[in-house]
Amino acid sequence: MGQITLERVSKSFGHTEVIPPLDLTIEDGEFCVFVGPSGCGKSTLLRLIAGLDDITSGAVLIDGQDASDVPPAKRGLAMVFQSYALYPHMSVRKNIAFPMRMARIPQDEQNRRIEAAAKALNLTDYLDRRPGQLSGGQRQRVAIGRAIVREPSAFLFDEPLSNLDAALRVGMRLEISELHERLRATMIYVTHDQVEAMTMADKIVVLRAGHIEQVGSPLELYRTPRNLFVAGFIGSPKMNLIGGNEAARHDAHTIGIRPEHIDVSEDGCWQGTVGVAEHLGSDTFLHVHGTGFGGTLTVRTTGEVTLAHGDTVRLLPRAGRIHRFDASGLRIV
Amino acid sequence: MARAVTPRRKALNTALAWAIGLLIFFPILWTILTSFKTEAEAIASPPLFLNFDWTLENYAVVQERSDYMKFLLNSVIIAGGSTLLGIIVAVPAAWSMAFVPSRRTRDILLWMLSTKMLPAVGVLYPIYLLFIRLGLLDSRAGLVVVLMLINLPIIVWMLYTYFREIPGEILEAARMDGAGLREEILYVLTPMAVPGIASTILLNFILAWNEAFWTLNLTAADAAPLTAFIASYSSPEGLFYAKLSAASTMAIAPILILGWFSQKQLVRGLTFGAVK
Amino acid sequence: MATRHFRSTARLMMAPAVILLLGWMLVPLTMTLWFSFRRYLPLRGGDLGWAGFDNYVRFVTSGAFWPSVQTTLIIVGGVLVITVALGVVLALLLDQPIWGQGAVRILVIAPFFVMPTVSALVWKNMFMDPVNGLFAHLWRFFGAEPVAWLSDVPLASIVVIVSWQWLPFATLILLTAVQSLDREQLEAAEMDGASPLARFGFIVLPHLSRAITIVVLIQTIFLLSIFAEIFVTTGGAFGTRTLTYLIYQRVLESQNVGLGSAGGVYAIILANIVAIFLMRIVGKNLDR
Repeated sequence: MGQITLERVSKSFGHTEVIPPLDLTIEDGEFCVFVGPSGCGKSTLLRLIAGLDDITSGAVLIDGQDASDVPPAKRGLAMVFQSYALYPHMSVRKNIAFPMRMARIPQDEQNRRIEAAAKALNLTDYLDRRPGQLSGGQRQRVAIGRAIVREPSAFLFDEPLSNLDAALRVGMRLEISELHERLRATMIYVTHDQVEAMTMADKIVVLRAGHIEQVGSPLELYRTPRNLFVAGFIGSPKMNLIGGNEAARHDAHTIGIRPEHIDVSEDGCWQGTVGVAEHLGSDTFLHVHGTGFGGTLTVRTTGEVTLAHGDTVRLLPRAGRIHRFDASGLRIV
Repeated sequence: MARAVTPRRKALNTALAWAIGLLIFFPILWTILTSFKTEAEAIASPPLFLNFDWTLENYAVVQERSDYMKFLLNSVIIAGGSTLLGIIVAVPAAWSMAFVPSRRTRDILLWMLSTKMLPAVGVLYPIYLLFIRLGLLDSRAGLVVVLMLINLPIIVWMLYTYFREIPGEILEAARMDGAGLREEILYVLTPMAVPGIASTILLNFILAWNEAFWTLNLTAADAAPLTAFIASYSSPEGLFYAKLSAASTMAIAPILILGWFSQKQLVRGLTFGAVK
Repeated sequence: MATRHFRSTARLMMAPAVILLLGWMLVPLTMTLWFSFRRYLPLRGGDLGWAGFDNYVRFVTSGAFWPSVQTTLIIVGGVLVITVALGVVLALLLDQPIWGQGAVRILVIAPFFVMPTVSALVWKNMFMDPVNGLFAHLWRFFGAEPVAWLSDVPLASIVVIVSWQWLPFATLILLTAVQSLDREQLEAAEMDGASPLARFGFIVLPHLSRAITIVVLIQTIFLLSIFAEIFVTTGGAFGTRTLTYLIYQRVLESQNVGLGSAGGVYAIILANIVAIFLMRIVGKNLDR
C-alpha cells in the first residue's frame, strides 16, 4: 500500500513561507509528477513527504497514518536523488544492500533481492564495481536498484534524469515507466521538464511559488489548462498567447492556441511573414511575424514544407481549439 | 592545466626551483651531515661538506647521555594520544556543524578558533597549579589532555571543512535507507572522509610532536618528550656541534620519515583544510 | 518533529567539544583574573592579600612592557611579510612545469617538520654563531667581519628563524590557491592585452587574497605565542623579549604570579583585539 495524503501542509524557512498550506492526495499505485519552474517548491514538497525537512504545519499521512513525526528512515519510502547519492566507498552490491543491511534483513534474502534487482536493471556484470567506475546511466540504475530492494510503499524521485544527456534521458524515462508498470507502486516524481511529466505521469501536479496551479491527468492539463500559467507550461512548443483585439473578438482577455492547432492554409484568417523556419524533418516549426498581434506566432506544420525566411503565409486556427482566459488569467468555461 | 612551455624555460624554472628548494632544505641537510662528523670536523674551517670520515659515534654518545628511547616513547604517546582523543571528540562536533548547521554554527566555530588565540602564557600558572593539585605535573596523561585541548579547535575546523565537501544528499540517502545516526556516521560519513581524517591526524600529530611550550613547562623527567630532550642541549653543550646535530636528527627523524611516507595526506593537511 | 529531534541530537554531539573548550578557557582564565588582583609570591609567603589594580599598573609602567609589545609586533609582522611575499613567489614558481616537482615540494615543506627547539638550536649554533657558524665562515670567505647575529641583530635573526619554519606553510596554501586559478581567465586577460605584471596584479593577486587571509590568520595564531625560539636562542635578552616571554619570566623566573597574571590578562586582551580583527575578515571569507 502507498497512499500519501497531504493535509494543509505548509513550510516556512524563517519568515519566508515557501509552501502555503496545501492539500493533495496521491493514490496507491499512482505515478504522480510534480512539475514547475525552478524554485516552485516541488523539491521541497518531496522532501517534506520524505521527512528530510520538517513540515511547519499540517500533516503528512501515509496510508492514513500520521507520519509527520516519523523520521525518514521509518517512513517506508525510498528516494532516488538528483545526484544519485551513491556511497562512493561501497561496491554496487553493497550500495544496493545498504538499506537491507540497515533493516537487518537476512543475508540470503538480501542476496536474492540484489540478484533480482541487478537482473532487472542490467547491473549483473557491474555488481563488484565502485560507483566511480560507472557511467551516468548505470549510476542512475544503481540508485533505482537501491530503492527497489527496500520494497517501499512509495518511491520518491527528485529530478533523477537531469544529470543525464538527452539520449540517455529518453531511455531512462522509458525504464522508469516500465518499472512502474511492473511494480504498480506509488511513485512521486519531481521534474522541471514538462515532457517527462506528460510522458510518465498518471497525475500531474503543476506548482508555482508553492501553490498548486492544477492537478490532473496529462491530457486534462493539455486540453483544459485551468489558467494561463498551466497553459504556457504544458505543451511543447509553447502555446501561443494572444491579447488585444483578436482576443476581444472571442470575448476574452487572452486567447491561447497551440502551435499544432494552427494550419497553413490559403483561406486562413491570419497573415504574417515567416521569420525562422525550423526544419526538424518530421515537423517544421514556423515562427511567424507581422500578424498584427504583437510578438511572433509559432506554428507546427508537416515535415517537408518548403517555406523559408521572408515568405508570406496565411494561417487558420482549428475550430474549437482556441482557449479563452479572463483578465485574471483563469480559463473561461 | 598548465600551458606547455619551451624546454629552455622549463629547464630554467627547474634550476631555480631546485636551487631554492635546496636552500630551504639546507639547514636540515647540514644538521644531518654534521651529525656524522667528529667534533673537530664539525667546526673545521673552511667547513667540510662530504669529505670527512663518517662516524656514528655521536649517536652512541647522545643515547648514552640521555635515554633517547624514553623521550621518543613519551613523544609518541603524548602526540598520538592527544590526537586520537581530539579526533574522538571532534568527529561528532564537526559532523553536527557541517550537516546540521544552525545560525550559530559559524559563531561557535570562530569562537573555537579564537580559544586557540588565548596566549598560553596567560594561563600558565593556573594550569601549573591545577596540575600540581591533580597530581598531573610531569605526567603523560596531563600533557595528552592539554595538547588535545590546544589542538581541538584545529581538529574541529579541519574536519568541518573536509566534511563539508561531502554532499549532504549522500547522508540524506543513508537516512532514507533507514540508517540511524550511528550508522550514518560509522558506515557512510567516516569511510568517505578517511582521506580528510588522515590528513587531520597527521597534521595534529606533528603539531603536538613539535609543541614546545607546555611540554617544556609541565614536564621534568618522567614525561619529558623530545622537545625537552633537545632543549637540554642548549648551551653550553650546544657548542658540541656534532652531538647537537645527532640529537637534533634523532628528534626530527621520526617526523621526517612519517612525512615522507604520507606526503599526499600531509600536503593536504598542511593547508589546514582551508583551501582546496 | 522528525528532524527537529535530529537537530537536538546534533546539538548534543557538539556538546563535548564545546564544554571541554569552554572549561579550558574559563577555568584558568578565572584563576588568572583572580591572581592578577592578588599579591601572590609563591616563594616569598604565597598569597599576601588583595592588591587592587597594583599589578596592572606595575606591569604597564615597568620599562619592559612597551618594548615587549613592540618586539611582539615586529616579530609577528616581520614573519608575516616575509612568508607571504616569499610564499607567493615560491608558489608561482612551483606552479610552473618543472622536473621533479614532487621532490622540490618535499624539500620546501621539510622545515615544517622540525620542532622549534631543534630549529632554534641549529640556527643559533651552527649558522649564526659568530665564530664557528656557517655564516661566519661565509663572511670570512668574502673578507668581511663575521656578525654576532643573535646579539647584534637579534630581532632580525629571530624573524629569519621563524620565517624559515613558517615559509612551507605559506607556500603550500598559496600554491594550492594558485593551482585552483582558472587558466582561461589568464588567457582571456592575455588576449585582452594585459602584460604579465598586469595579469599578476589584476587576476592572480586578487585570486590569492582569500588564501593570504588564511595564511595571516593561522600564522598569527601561532606566532603570537612563539616561545621556544626565544627561550633557546637569546632567553629574552638583547631586546627579544616578547610579551609572552616577559610574562613567562615574571611568573616562573621571578615567581611573581600576581604581576605575571596581570600581564597575562593584558596579553589576552591584546590577543582578543587581534582575534576580533582577524575573525571579521575570516568570517567574511568563510562563506565563499
